[in-house]
Amino acid sequence: MAGTEPESPRTEAGLPVERLYNPETAKLDYSHIGDPGTFPFTRGNFPGGYRDKPWTIRQYSGFGTAEESNTRYKLLLERGGTGLSVAADLPTQIGYDSDDPDVVDEVGRVGVALDSLADAEILFAGIPLDRVSTSWTINGTAAIMLAFYVAVGRKQGVPVERLRGTIQNDILKEYVARGTWIWPPEPSIRLITDTIEFCAEHVPRYNAISVAGAHFRDAGATAAQEMAFTLADAVAYVDAVLARGRMTIDEFAPQISFFFYTHNDFFEEIAKYRAGRRRWARIVRERWGAQRDASCLFRVGCVAGGSTLQAPQAHNNIVRVAYQALASVLGGVQSMFTAAWDEPFALPTEESALLALRTQQILAQETGVTRTVDPLGGSWFVESLTDAMEERLIAIMDDLEAHGGMVRAIEDGYVQGLIADESWRAQRAVESGERPVVGVNVHTTDDPAPDIQIYGLDEAGRRRQLDRLAEVRRARDGAAAARALSELSAAARVEDRNLMPLLVDAVEAYCTVGEIVTALREVWGVYRQPVVF
Amino acid sequence: MDSPAAAPAPIRVLVAKPGLDGHDRGAKIVARALRDAGCEVIYTGIRQTADAIAATAAQEDVDVVGLSILSGAHLGLARRTVDALRATGLSDVKVVVGGTIPVSDIQPLLDLGVAAVFPTGTPIEALVAGVRRVVGAG
Repeated sequence: MAGTEPESPRTEAGLPVERLYNPETAKLDYSHIGDPGTFPFTRGNFPGGYRDKPWTIRQYSGFGTAEESNTRYKLLLERGGTGLSVAADLPTQIGYDSDDPDVVDEVGRVGVALDSLADAEILFAGIPLDRVSTSWTINGTAAIMLAFYVAVGRKQGVPVERLRGTIQNDILKEYVARGTWIWPPEPSIRLITDTIEFCAEHVPRYNAISVAGAHFRDAGATAAQEMAFTLADAVAYVDAVLARGRMTIDEFAPQISFFFYTHNDFFEEIAKYRAGRRRWARIVRERWGAQRDASCLFRVGCVAGGSTLQAPQAHNNIVRVAYQALASVLGGVQSMFTAAWDEPFALPTEESALLALRTQQILAQETGVTRTVDPLGGSWFVESLTDAMEERLIAIMDDLEAHGGMVRAIEDGYVQGLIADESWRAQRAVESGERPVVGVNVHTTDDPAPDIQIYGLDEAGRRRQLDRLAEVRRARDGAAAARALSELSAAARVEDRNLMPLLVDAVEAYCTVGEIVTALREVWGVYRQPVVF
Repeated sequence: MDSPAAAPAPIRVLVAKPGLDGHDRGAKIVARALRDAGCEVIYTGIRQTADAIAATAAQEDVDVVGLSILSGAHLGLARRTVDALRATGLSDVKVVVGGTIPVSDIQPLLDLGVAAVFPTGTPIEALVAGVRRVVGAG
């Protein structure tokens, strides 16, 4: 870095960028990079890249009641989507039933309301779970949603070992950003280790966890913080599973996946994915002694869009998303959601959702970027930036380790403070014009931004949801439901009992999400948040 | 605050996140901006009920309660907070609302007794000035 001039521009995360890169400055060492599909996987997880397997196009969708979301899912699949992504409403994510008086304003609003197995059955009606994979953005109640999925699969006659999909199931970042925590960290991590063990044993094609940086990012973290915090979370989960002593790293690591936002700083995003992939491979091998290459793979889903989307001149978002999608693909992601341009102010329309889908299809089928694996590999700049990013990741992770580890750094608000600092800096940079945003602080027009449209479940939808919940409670075998809940509570008190089989029993007895969460809350208590700004 | 001669007491603001939505990047930026502008700021954290917000407002003796709402549930949540403040005897505490608020919902919020609305995209300076204005200090 001796040649860096003081005014050298920096990426959004603060990595310096030289005027020119050449063989002298870059000093590439190919043994450090490696071929695609070869440790340390800088150039990708698989030797054939997208030639062998295109990325999965997975559009996040879900709203209102199960009927409405089911219709939208079928439409997305009909039009060439290759996987589902379930958005649940906040009561479902935090463990309240739709008839809870505290949540009446939020039922079916930001996702679909799922109170019981009856809703899940309708959500996947006519969708063959042995052929479609399903990703769930769900954390606090992830284990219950996994139980729903296993139970619906059974009803469809799909063997559990053929179910494919992902539950996000990453509670640590919920304590920092997004906030759908329920219980304190310790029992929450125990429940996550239960799901990881259960999937490794019974649902081998299911990702038990998708460790997510995306929400750090949207809360204001830089690309480097997003990646480093996520790796630190993953280390905490893996350590917890290994501490139980029932599994080796190679038995469950292949079912861990990751999830990020791709933002606007094009090459930094590419470097983020490449550096993260290499760092994870090294951690898995060096920290835990993994023997299998499959354990080292950094399988990534991403979103193009998020907080980079703007309401003023909203059609510009189409272009932002397309560039972000390209960066994601050049970074080697395994699945992608492209956001619709109208997301900053509305639930996407069928038209805007279709355009978002087409953005990926054009990239995959018209641009030719999939013809060779890791087309940017060996670029003096990209490899140098990947190295610089990896160094930054190591520095951030060392700092967290020095703070007592990730769980501690979250419990005392340290991570929250680091993100709040970056968020504040970014806000000032946009308001001062230091960071240009087209249509917001440069190239502005007098046209007003489109007004925000709020999606609310209509009265008929709300009625339908409440009626179904009441009917479930009336029609089920009440004694069996009560028994399932009390067995669950009893098992929750025993540290090394795996709760997943009991959760499957409980949902099959038509216990509701709210009832299950309440039963566990009585054993585990609630989380108390540190407040940092 | 009435006498221009006396040094004005700092404005005390409670920044609050009612409802279930946990996205509080905006709430934290607002809290920091108001603190930097000389206000005394308390932030509730996320997922607060209206009653909890009113209780904190009473305990902290605040002049303003700022609600940050991004879930679309602003009308119901603002109504409940205003009611809870009244029920706690805090009718003089000003309530302001920020977040993803459609233009068409601004007047209904004001009709509920909200003193000012700051939709997403409001510059920090405008927000600080708006808070000063509602307590008669701007």
